[in-house]
This record gives sequence, structure tokens and C-alpha cells, in this order.
Amino acid sequence: MLKILVAVKRVVDYNVKVRVKSDNTGVELSNVKMSMNPFDEIAVEEAVRLKEAGSASEVVVVSAGATQCQETLRTALAIGADRAVLIEATEELQPLAVAKLLASMVEKEKPDLIILGKQAIDDDSNQTGQMLAALLKLPQATFASKITVSHGEATVEREIDGGAETLALCLPCIVTTDLRLNEPRYVTLPNIMKAKKKPLETIKCEDLKVDIAPRLKTIKVVEPPKRGAGVKVSNAKALVEKLRNDAKVL
Amino acid sequence: MNILVIAEHDNEFVKPSTLHAVTAAAIVATFTHQEVHVLVAGNQCRAAADVACRIAGVTKVLYADAPQLKDGLAENVESTIVGISEQYNYVLVSATAYGKNIAPRVAARLDVAQISDAIAVSGPDTFDRPIYAGNAIATVQSLDSKKIITVRTTGFDAASASGGNATIVEVGAGPGTDSLRFIDRQVAKLERPELTDAKIVVSGGRGLGSGENYARVLEPLASKLGAAMGASRAAVDAGYVPNDYQVGQTGKIVAPQVYFAVGISGAIQHLAGMKDSKVIVAINKDPEAPIFSVADYGLEADLFDAVPQLVDEL
Repeated sequence: MLKILVAVKRVVDYNVKVRVKSDNTGVELSNVKMSMNPFDEIAVEEAVRLKEAGSASEVVVVSAGATQCQETLRTALAIGADRAVLIEATEELQPLAVAKLLASMVEKEKPDLIILGKQAIDDDSNQTGQMLAALLKLPQATFASKITVSHGEATVEREIDGGAETLALCLPCIVTTDLRLNEPRYVTLPNIMKAKKKPLETIKCEDLKVDIAPRLKTIKVVEPPKRGAGVKVSNAKALVEKLRNDAKVL
Repeated sequence: MNILVIAEHDNEFVKPSTLHAVTAAAIVATFTHQEVHVLVAGNQCRAAADVACRIAGVTKVLYADAPQLKDGLAENVESTIVGISEQYNYVLVSATAYGKNIAPRVAARLDVAQISDAIAVSGPDTFDRPIYAGNAIATVQSLDSKKIITVRTTGFDAASASGGNATIVEVGAGPGTDSLRFIDRQVAKLERPELTDAKIVVSGGRGLGSGENYARVLEPLASKLGAAMGASRAAVDAGYVPNDYQVGQTGKIVAPQVYFAVGISGAIQHLAGMKDSKVIVAINKDPEAPIFSVADYGLEADLFDAVPQLVDEL
């Protein structure tokens, strides 16, 4: 029976409208609500469903970052993961560094299937899963909308521009989740209580002896150009008139 | 060393997305004075390579022709790119599903960072990119000797598809892998323009109520305007249209001349996909809908009345 490893990231909650700091060094993060990255929630949900369907025997969830990431891991345990590992680090971790840390976890845990969210909604990089696959020389199926596992293979339907394609991958393999893979369950209070008793191990980042130095330096962060204020039009005729004569786009 | 653009193609033609990546490469070249080369990796793809030769600003087209490259599997395209990467310190590809699938593998193999969704180039190693669903723009500087970049097509004009006269060179394909198999692909044949390329986009949201309504109300408008059709996440989740119609932070990013948002409330994640459109028109009966804050023209009306009236007026 399969062991599944899922990577999760603690990010600014998707409902928060972030503000750029006035000194343009970054985005205002103090006192902002943090949550599990929505695509990672989908990843955990998928792993738990595979376990509930009898295709997997253990779901291990891992996160890399500050101590508060434990909250995110506890949420994953409440969804149904069995065991959690925090790779504790205080410095900024960019996708290549995270991929290297996860690669050392994969070497340690030897999972059959590794599931990640396709992108984190803070940096929107969409790289970590693919980088991890390349480092481990494993096949990947990104933007997955359906996963079935049987006979040592994962059959994955994935979203591509203009439609979908289906791949069959030998295990172990990497899958990254897209929005329509599943709808994560609501975490119930009994499961939150049960999660407190599940094992959560902390590893210090430096003990993994991985080069995590950032490779991209942020020079500045600014607000996007603002759109000018618009006008209300009273009816379809007025709208067409504006589009033809004012905006000159029709 | 030079700049390499990875072409997206179907073995016959080069896709328009590639032209935007070539423009980004040309801007890098204004800082580095290097040549722009294009790689066409496929199977029986000489025709696509010939098309690539005519792209303005391209000096050389490399083409790798092998059975393992037929279906664009990321693992095999990656090994082909890595095999020729010694002569390139920039590798660019459009930030489409194709490019996003392949580029990070190349970056990891070369042990360098990737810059995703570049929207501007301000130096040989400095790029702008959107973060937090485009609510902030970060200027980042790469500290690596090789830069792997995915290019947001809406950030750069398309290079001209003609006027170029590149030399063409066959290169070896990287080894194929047995660890996965391509099974099949379903891509809809569109009679309308492609969403990411269209000058006009008609997009529908949950306000339409059903797939039948989406088609009945919006298709006449899209046909009248020669527009592409898109949708909000809510409309896709409700099953009105297929997944690839979704415009948004994690769907398609579009920047047409005109974007009609019909029955779309305007969640942050939807705005991320369309707020760079030249003109935004919102039709919604809810005066408080956030979409009105980005719309140039807002029509507060019932879309079931307003859209047919709009079709009549056009």
C-alpha cells in the first residue's frame, strides 16, 4: 500500500487584499490572516481520499518555514493526514530551496506519490513541484484534475491550454493539483481535537545540509498601475456609443 | 553565449504565445547584445522550424526531431534543453501551461532560480513580476549565471511572424524517459479566437445561472464582436463551461482591447486575470459588485435584458 507525501505552505489567506508597504520593500504581512495555500489544501484532501479509498496506507504532510507553520500542519492532520514534519527555517525560502529540502524528505521517507499544490498564492511561482521532480529525476503531472492509482501507476488527467490530457506515470511520481481536482472538506471540531494527538516532528533546516540561499533578490515591490475611475452608462445604446466614440475600441 | 526561446508549437505551426517570448528575449538582447535563438523540439517538426525561421529578430532556429518529443512531455523537452544549455545563459518560454510545465525542470537541473511570469525587463538580470494575484509587482534581480524565465504574454507585444531570416540547425534530442506515457489529449476546436490572443473577450459569471443561459445569452454577443469567450471561476465550478474558459489568477491571464464582464461580481482572483485589459465593461444588476471598481464602463442592469439589447445596438 502506498505512502503519500504532501507538501503544504502557510500563506496569506486568499480573501485578504494585500497592501504594499510604504517603503516598497514588500507587502504588509503583520496582523494579516494566514491559511494553508488553497492548492495545498486540495493536495491534502486528495491524499486523504486516496487513503479512504484504500489506495494508500499513510499520508505524511510536510512544511518548511517558521514555527507558526505548525498551525498549517495541524490543519492538514485535521483533514486526515497521519503524521506531520516541520522543516524549521527562519530565512526566506525560495522555490529551488524548498524543492531541495523536499528532495531530502523524499529520500528519507521514500513515498510512492508526492502531491503539491500547483502554485502558492503569495509568490505565484508555480515551480516547486516541477523542480522537485527534476531534482529526483521523477516524472511529473502538473495541474491535475483527476488522479487514479493502481498497479504501481498513477493515471492523471491534467489541464492544459484549450483542454485536457491524460498521462500514465510510474510510481514514485510528482503530481501538482489544480482547482478542480476536488473540493476540500470542512475540518470538523472532533478532527481538530484528534489532530492534536497526531505526531508532528520538527527538523532544523540546517540539519538537512541543503543549500537554501536565495537566488532572486527583491529590489522593490510596488502597487500595480491604477486604472482610472470608470463611468456608469444608463443603457445598452449609451454603452455602444461610448465604446465606439469615446474609447474607439469598436 | 546567447538567448534561447523555447517555441510552443504543434509540429506544423508555431503558437502565437512564442512571439511574445521572442519580444521579451529581444529586450534582454538590448542589454546583453546577444543573439536570440529559438528551439523547436518535436517530432516531424521541420515545418514548425521553418515557420520559426521567419520570426523577426531571431538569428538561429535549432530543431530537435525525435519520437520521444512528439507529445511535448516535460521530462523529454527538459533533457533536450539541458543538452544544449551550455551555449545559453538565458532560457525563455511563454508562461502557458506548456511553458510552466517545462521551465522549472530546466532551472532545477541547472541549479538556478526561475523567474515566473515576467512582465517587464529592466536590465540583464532584473525583471518585474506580479505577486499576490497581481496586487503587487515585484522587481527581482537574479544572482545566478543562467536565467530561466517564463514570460507573461500580456506583458510583451508579439514579435512579427515575418521578416526574419534565421539559419536552421538540427540538434540532438535528449534521452527520453520510460517513467511515464502519454495517453491522450482532448483540445476543443475553436471557431472563435483563442482566449489569450483575442482582441475582444466576452466573459460570463454566475449571474448567468446555467450553461444554457451562458450559451444563449453570450454567444450572439461574442459572434457579433468576433470575440473569444471566457468565464469566472464560479461559472466554471458550476459547470456552465469547461475549465479552460476560466480567466483569473490561476486560470488564463488576458489583456484584450475590450473585456466584457457579464454577471461577474469581480473577486480579487478574477481581477488578477483581466485587470490589464485596455477597456473593461461590466454588466451586473448588483451596484455593489466589485467589478464596477475596475470597469471603465459600468451598466447596472439585468444582463438578460441588457445583453440582447447590446447585440441589437451593435
